[in-house]
Amino acid sequence: MSTAAEADFKTRLQNWIPKLVLSPSLAMVLIFVYGFILFTVYVSFTDSRILPFVDKDGQRTFDLIGLANYEKLFKLSHWEIALTNMAVFAGLYIVVCTLIGLTLAILLDQKIRGEGFLRPLYLYPMALSFIVTGTAWKWFLDPGIGLENIVQAWGWENFEFDWIKNRDFAIYTVVLAAVWQTSGFVMAMFLAGLRGIDNEILKAAQMDGASNWNLYRRIIIPQLRPAFLSAFVILAHLAIKTFDLVIAMTGGGPGRATELPATFMYSYTFSRNQMGIGASSAVIMLITIAAIMIPYLYAELKEKK
Amino acid sequence: MAVASSDTAIRTGRFTRTLIYVVLLLFVLFYILPLYIMIVNSVKPLSEITGGGMMSLPSAFTIEPWAKAWSTAQVGVEPTGLRPYFWNSISMVVPAVAISTVLGALNGYILTKWRFRGDTILFGLMLFSCFIPFQIVLIPMAAILGVLGLSGTTAGLVLVHVVYGVGFSTLYFRNYYAAFPTELVRAAQIDGAGFFQIFWRILLPSSGPIIVVCVIWQFTNIWNDFLFGASFASGNGAPMTVALNNLVQSSTGVKEYNVHFAGAILAAMPTLLVYIVAGRYFVRGLMAGSVKG
Amino acid sequence: MNKVIRTLKLTTAAAAFSVSAAYAEDVEVLHWWTSGGEAAALNVLKQDLETQGIGWQDMPVAGGGGTEAMTVLRARVTAGDPPTAVQALGFDILDWGNQGALANLNDLAAQEGWDEVVPEALQFFAKVDGKWISAPVNVHSTNWVWANKSVLDANGIAVPETWEDFVAAVETLKAAGITPIAHGGQAWQDATVFDAVAMSAGGPEFYKAAFIDLDEETLGSDTMKEAFDRMAFIRDNVDDNFSGRDWNLATAMVINGEAGFQMMGDWAKGEFLNAGKVPGEDFLCFRFPGTQDQVTFNADQFMMFDQGGTVSQEQAALASAILSPSFQIAFNKVKGSVPARTDVDGSELDACGQQGMKDLAAAASSGNLFGSMAHGHAAPASVKNAVYDVVTAHFNGEYDSETAVLELVDAVSIAK
Repeated sequence: MSTAAEADFKTRLQNWIPKLVLSPSLAMVLIFVYGFILFTVYVSFTDSRILPFVDKDGQRTFDLIGLANYEKLFKLSHWEIALTNMAVFAGLYIVVCTLIGLTLAILLDQKIRGEGFLRPLYLYPMALSFIVTGTAWKWFLDPGIGLENIVQAWGWENFEFDWIKNRDFAIYTVVLAAVWQTSGFVMAMFLAGLRGIDNEILKAAQMDGASNWNLYRRIIIPQLRPAFLSAFVILAHLAIKTFDLVIAMTGGGPGRATELPATFMYSYTFSRNQMGIGASSAVIMLITIAAIMIPYLYAELKEKK
Repeated sequence: MAVASSDTAIRTGRFTRTLIYVVLLLFVLFYILPLYIMIVNSVKPLSEITGGGMMSLPSAFTIEPWAKAWSTAQVGVEPTGLRPYFWNSISMVVPAVAISTVLGALNGYILTKWRFRGDTILFGLMLFSCFIPFQIVLIPMAAILGVLGLSGTTAGLVLVHVVYGVGFSTLYFRNYYAAFPTELVRAAQIDGAGFFQIFWRILLPSSGPIIVVCVIWQFTNIWNDFLFGASFASGNGAPMTVALNNLVQSSTGVKEYNVHFAGAILAAMPTLLVYIVAGRYFVRGLMAGSVKG
Repeated sequence: MNKVIRTLKLTTAAAAFSVSAAYAEDVEVLHWWTSGGEAAALNVLKQDLETQGIGWQDMPVAGGGGTEAMTVLRARVTAGDPPTAVQALGFDILDWGNQGALANLNDLAAQEGWDEVVPEALQFFAKVDGKWISAPVNVHSTNWVWANKSVLDANGIAVPETWEDFVAAVETLKAAGITPIAHGGQAWQDATVFDAVAMSAGGPEFYKAAFIDLDEETLGSDTMKEAFDRMAFIRDNVDDNFSGRDWNLATAMVINGEAGFQMMGDWAKGEFLNAGKVPGEDFLCFRFPGTQDQVTFNADQFMMFDQGGTVSQEQAALASAILSPSFQIAFNKVKGSVPARTDVDGSELDACGQQGMKDLAAAASSGNLFGSMAHGHAAPASVKNAVYDVVTAHFNGEYDSETAVLELVDAVSIAK
C-alpha cells in the first residue's frame, strides 16, 4: 500500500478526479448551449420560415441570404420599442429587486420572531405560474375594477392610478409585478449569504466599537459580494426571459408599449413564421448580453485570483 | 432559535425592532395582495366575477371551483382535472432537481477548492450559458432528443432540465463555497482525505442554506416550466403546467376565472410545500455556520 | 450516482418501448380545444373512433390562439415524430403542405365527395397542388355584432343597417350614458373589428384587393384612411378601460347591460348562452352594418401528417369522422360556429347558428365569402401580424389615420 509508485498513482488520480467530475457538465454546456448558439447564428443567415427544413431528398427548403434578416430587423420599429423597453425594465427590475431583497434579508436576520412564518410569505410568488397571477395583477391594476376603484370608493374621489392603461407608464406596472415575483427569492439568496458569514469576525468588530450601520457597510455587505454576483446573474437572466408576465398582464400592450425582446423573438420565430428574423433578434440579444456580462464577469472573477 | 440567538453579533434597540416588524409586515401586505385576489375569486360563482365584483369578498361562498379544477375540469378531450398530471410533474422534477443540485455542488466545490488553469474561464462559460433564450433552444433540442430516442419521454425532459439548470446550480454553490475557508480543505488533504471525503465530511455539512436556495430555484423553475414540458413530453405524460395552461388558456371558449385561480393555487402547492419544509434549513445552516468558525 | 443513472436508463428504455407500442393503432391528435364545451365536443369524435376500435392519444396544448400548439408541433416534427392529426388554421396549413409534410387525402375526398360540399373559399386552405391535406371542422365568421336587446329597446334603437345608422345608434347610447361599444384592447380584437370596418367602408372588392391580394395602392388608398377614421370613431366610443381586457369580459358588459354592442366572432355566443340568455329575446346577433351580404371567415381544420407515404386506415377514419354530418352538427352546436360543409341540416342549431349557416351558403354561392385578415385567413402570419401592429398602434392613439395608412403599406411590404 505504501510503495512510492502506488502513492504517485493515487495523487495523480486525485488530480484527475476534479476534472473528470466537471467534464459532463462542461460537455453538456458546450453542446446544448454553445452548439445551439452556433446553430441559431446559422439560421439567422437563412430565410427559414416555419423550420429550417430539409426535405425527404435531403434538399434544403431555405436559402442563405446573408445579413438581410438583420437589415429587416433594424427597420422594424417594433424591435426598437422592445429594446428600449428592455433597458427600462431590466434596469429598474434588477436594482429594485436587489434593494428589496437585501433589505428584507438584513431585517429578517435580526432574530425575528416568526421568521419561519414570514419567509414563505415572501417567497411564495415564485411558486405561482404567471399565466394566472398575471390576471390577478391585471385586475388589481385595472382602474375600473381594481385599486383606483377601491380607493375612490373609500372616499378619495380624485385618486388616479391608470398606469396599466397608459402607454407611457404600462412598463412600470410590469416592473412592479416582476419585482413582486422574485424579490422574495433574492431575499433568500442574501439570507443564505448572511447565514454563511462568520459571527466571530462580527463580534470582534463590535468589540472594537463599530456601530451596526458600519458593521453592515464595512464588513457584512462586502462579504456578500458573491451573493450580489449570483443575484445579478439571476435577475439579469430573468429580466431577459420575462415573457409569461407580459403575455398575461398586458399582451405587449397598450398598443406595443410593453413589448420586450423575449416576446418579440417568440412572436417572430413561432407565431409570425419568420424564423430567420427571430433568430437574428436572438443573436443580437446574445451579443448585447455578452457586451454587458463579459466585462462584469471579468472584473468580478479576476479579482478572486 | 434560542441557541442561535445568544450567538448573534448584531444587537438592536426596542424602537428599531418595532420599526423592523412594521416594515416586514408592510411587505407581507404587498406580497399577499394578488394571492388575496386569487383566493377570493376562487371561492365565488363565476357570475359574481363577471358581474364586476372582482375585488370584493364572495357573497355566495363555494368550493366547487376547487373541486372542478382538481378533478372534473376539461384539460383535454376528457374531463380529468389537474389530478392525473401531478404525478407526471413529480416524476420529472425530483430527479431533475436532485441531479442538477448534485452536479452544481460538485462543480462549485471543484471551481473553488480544486482550482486549475482556466477554471475561471470555464465558470464564465457556464455562467453565460444561463442567458440562452429558450426560443433558440427548442428546435435543435428536439432534433437531439429525436436522435437519442428520448423524444416524448420523462427521461428526455429530465435531461433538458438538468442541462439548463446546471449553470445556475454551479453558480450558487461556487459563490457560496468561495467564502468557505480553504485552509480547512488543505488541512484535510494533508491528513490524507480524498476528493469525495473532503466534500462529504467538510463542505456538505455546512451547505444547508445554499442547498435550500438551489433546490428552491430548481424546483420552482422546473415545476413551472411550460414550453419544454409541452414540446418534449407525450400527451399523457405532460406535466402539470401543460394541464394548467390548457385549463386557463382558451381563446374562444368560456373563461371560468374562478376555476383558473383555484387551479393555479393547486398547481403551486408542491412548490409552496418545498418552501416551507426547506425553509427550516436556513436556520440549521446558521447553526452549522456558528460551529464552523 | 451510478444507481440513479442506471435507473434512468431503465426508465428510458421502458418508456421508449411503451410509446412505440401505443402508437400502433392509435391516432395522436394535437389540438388547443381545452375549454369546457369545445373539449367535450371533441370527445364526440374520440368516442366515434373508439367504436371503430381506434384509440385516441390526446395531445392538448392551449394558448395564444393556437400559437403554442404550432410551436410544439415544430418540436415534434423536428424530433421526427409528428402527430397523426393537428388542429391548424389557414396559412399554417398551406405552409406545412408546401413543405411536403402532409398526407394526400385525395382518395378519401373523392370517395366522400368533399369537393362538392365544402365551400371553395375554404377548400383553398385545405388543398395544396390539388391535393386534400386537411379535414375542415367548422367555419367561424367574424363580422358579427352582438347587442343587448333590452338596452337597444329602451333607447329606441333598431338593428343598424348602415354605418350611418350605426353612428346614430352609438350617439344615442352615449347620450343615454351607456358605454356604446364593449371592446377588449388586444391586438387580435382590434384587428377583428378592423376586418368588419374595412369591409363595410370599402366593400368586398376593396377588402380582397387590400388584404388578400395585398395591393399596395389599395392599402394606401383614401378608402383605407376612411376605414381608419371609422376605427377612430369606434375608439372614441369604447370605455376608458378597454385596453388589455379579455374578450369575454367585454361580452359580459353587453350581457350585463353596461354596453350596447360588441363586434366579435361567433364564439361570443357561447358566453351569452352560458349566462342563460336566449338569442333573439335577450340578445341580438347581426352582421356588421354594411356587410350584410359578406361573410369573413376563419375555419378550424385538422391537417393530416404524412405517415411514411401512405394514409393509414386510422388516419382515414379520423378524417372521415371529422367530415361526417353528425359530428359537424354536434360539434358546431357547442362551438358557436357553423359546419364546414353546406349540405347538413342545421335545424338543431339556435337562431344565430341558423342565420350563420344561411349567410355562409349565400355568401359562398355569390362570391362574398372572404378569409378573415384578423384570423389568418386572408394573408400569411407575417402579414397578419404586421397589420395587427399598425391597427393596434392606431387604435391606441400612436398614429393618426394618415400615418396609419402609410405605416400599413410599409409594414405589409416588409412582411411579404
